[in-house]
Amino acid sequence: MAEAEHSHAAHAAPTSFIWKYIFSKDHKIIGIQYYLLALFAVFVGMALSVLIRINLVWSGTSIGLLEALFPEGAPGGVMTPEFYLAMLTMHGTIMVFMVLTTAPQGGFGNYFLPIQIGADDMAFPTLNMLSFWLTFVSLVVLLAAFFVSGGAPTSGWTAYPPLSALGEIAGPGLGIGQDLWIVSIAIFCIASLLGALNFITTVLDLRVKGMTLMRMPLPVWAWFVTAILGLLAFGVLLAAGILLLLDRVAGTSFFIPGGLVVSDQIINHKGGSPLLWQHLFWFFGHPEVYIAILPGMGVTSQILAVFSRKPIFGYKAMVYSMFGIGTLGFLVWGHHMFMSGMSPYSAIVFSLLTTAIAVPSAIKTFNWLGTLWGGRISLEPAMQFAIRFVSLFVSGGLGGLFLNQPSTDIYLHDTYFVVGHFHLIMGVAAIFGIFAGTYYWFSKMFGRHMNKKLGTLHFWLTFVGVNSIFMPMHFLGLVGHPRRYAELSGVNFLAQTAPLHFFITIAAFITVAAQFIFLFNFLWALFKGPKAERNPWSATTLEWEIPSPPPHDNFGGKELTVHHGPYEYSVPGEEADFVMQTARPLQKTDTGTEN
Amino acid sequence: MSTPSFSETIDHFSPAQEEGTGVPGAEKGLHGRPAPPSIQDQRYKTGTMVGLAGILMFFTAFVSAYIVRQGLGTDWEPIKLPNLVWYNTLILLASSFSLEMARTRLKDLPALRSWWLGTATLGTVFLVGQLVVWQKLSAEGVYLASNPSSSFFYVLTAVHGIHLLGGVLALLILSLKLWGGILASHHVGSMALYWHFMDFLWILLLLLFVFWR
Repeated sequence: MAEAEHSHAAHAAPTSFIWKYIFSKDHKIIGIQYYLLALFAVFVGMALSVLIRINLVWSGTSIGLLEALFPEGAPGGVMTPEFYLAMLTMHGTIMVFMVLTTAPQGGFGNYFLPIQIGADDMAFPTLNMLSFWLTFVSLVVLLAAFFVSGGAPTSGWTAYPPLSALGEIAGPGLGIGQDLWIVSIAIFCIASLLGALNFITTVLDLRVKGMTLMRMPLPVWAWFVTAILGLLAFGVLLAAGILLLLDRVAGTSFFIPGGLVVSDQIINHKGGSPLLWQHLFWFFGHPEVYIAILPGMGVTSQILAVFSRKPIFGYKAMVYSMFGIGTLGFLVWGHHMFMSGMSPYSAIVFSLLTTAIAVPSAIKTFNWLGTLWGGRISLEPAMQFAIRFVSLFVSGGLGGLFLNQPSTDIYLHDTYFVVGHFHLIMGVAAIFGIFAGTYYWFSKMFGRHMNKKLGTLHFWLTFVGVNSIFMPMHFLGLVGHPRRYAELSGVNFLAQTAPLHFFITIAAFITVAAQFIFLFNFLWALFKGPKAERNPWSATTLEWEIPSPPPHDNFGGKELTVHHGPYEYSVPGEEADFVMQTARPLQKTDTGTEN
Repeated sequence: MSTPSFSETIDHFSPAQEEGTGVPGAEKGLHGRPAPPSIQDQRYKTGTMVGLAGILMFFTAFVSAYIVRQGLGTDWEPIKLPNLVWYNTLILLASSFSLEMARTRLKDLPALRSWWLGTATLGTVFLVGQLVVWQKLSAEGVYLASNPSSSFFYVLTAVHGIHLLGGVLALLILSLKLWGGILASHHVGSMALYWHFMDFLWILLLLLFVFWR
């Protein structure tokens, strides 16, 4: 009986290379696949951002490589304004979907969620494999947009119609490139929905004996809430994408209004609403921000506790605030649309709900600081990144206080203030979560340690670098510098901002260079790093119970029972300063629900 | 471990065994009372319910777009639904009834098989019926791009049809187990959950087409 085998392992260990490493059903391999996909994507996205920064400071420069790769977009190696917008669109799309959505959830979530709750694998391993390969196809389709006639789309990662809905007539990249973009995102949506289904079911049904909900490590809670957000949000984007594609290829008018004249031609659509797209898109788009950052919050909570040798401060409040953030995240999409002609009364409602997110966010920040307070802190690279996750979460969040007021947003909307804000909070903070997770879990995933000195160097350069890039952007926004301008020459009132742009570009170069230190460290450790022991950080959660890297079936058929919460550090009366979750219960202190 | 020994708790049965002994679900806990749900069982049911929540959001997005687009109101001309839609609805309701008959006859293998295939057949008839509805509409000159109302009608029926087609395929794949292998009650339960939901969703869409013109 096929099912009977489930009692020992979700599936037998495959032996051939293809089934073991390519079409693997093992959540650990799939997690690594997701991570590597994101690692590849982040370097592509970063290369695009370098081109963006070069064009802003030295527009008109000829880059030989560009001419070879994109003769259409960069004739003579000089980027056209449309090509700049294509870079911008692809940078945003790749970073948001292929990096921030895949690495923390698909990567670390896949690898560690089943282990941290004591399961052999995800609830549906085959579906899990399908999720990854759909994501892979989605990435390939997206990158293909660079190389089709007309090049990559120029409509931004938000793909606002009518620009995105009209087809080739609206400009280069809006023909096949935009079609591929929509198809890629649709495939990505399906992959994410299947992944979310798997994550939720796994958490609900596959917890080991004694692993009550309130004993789950906070990363598990974060992945769980993220999966719920993904389940409810990606379907909406998928629906919107289907309607947009039909407007483009089937002549419907969902989003295209009547009376448009584009490139001297009358557009034969009528009655559609571009705002309808914005509503659907941002109903997905705002939860997406939390899909990117919630796993980082979980990882940060974990790491702060481990490297402070203290229990996490206010475990339950952390869990509830994640649900609070997730719930409110679905009610605030209108704050992306204050300038859309929305009724001021609606704007006030969206503004108040947005402001309310500050409450659970402040609870989390307070609890992180409370965890650090009085702790015996060791500044491993993972800890450095986790602490600055909190820092970036605060500095990025403070920008939000200006943007959530309709009155100030009217001024700041579509300026570099917005660019600085969302990069700090969604981009960089989430990336810091990924780095923290990488330095923390690398030894478990690959059985070797990354180099601490290189890690620390990477951390400092990156931290100073990203703040030098994105903090000044807030000032650019305050002087009214619009986003998405391909070049600044000829815009008189922006002439004074040139030195700041120069500074930002140099900071970007340094930050990008620092990422090669990370890449070197990663690859070096993969092959040459010192062997990692079972529990190098003296941490309490289940993944540190098993060898590094873990065997195919995680726990080798061992019967586990969880007796403790995940954050029992420096427990009075204990010999070691940590109590494994599976340790025998303490006398009288184990109430079963505590923590 | 997370999954307790499966043979202890499973409430599935082997058709081959049944036919031989005539004792359905012998020693498997199907003696007229439900066996305790195993973790495996729970996993499929949970997964189906979670999946349906995602599907519901998918359809909610279309329906809210429908309502908003209809409210813009300048060019919306309600379409006249062909009468065949009502017959299709009856067929879909019949398929749910048929699947329910199958679900409550786990122990009576020949009946289970008949009702199971009956459900798949009715589902297929419904899908063909929907195609005929499209054909009738296009014969009247009502195409996908004719009007926002027709656009939404085609899109929503297509998206629903694709989900139901998935249901028919699942029925057929599971019928391989029904004939050759083991059909566990969690298969039947999850299948029924999905199928009835698609039925319910169709009723909602129909109400939308009829009352939100």
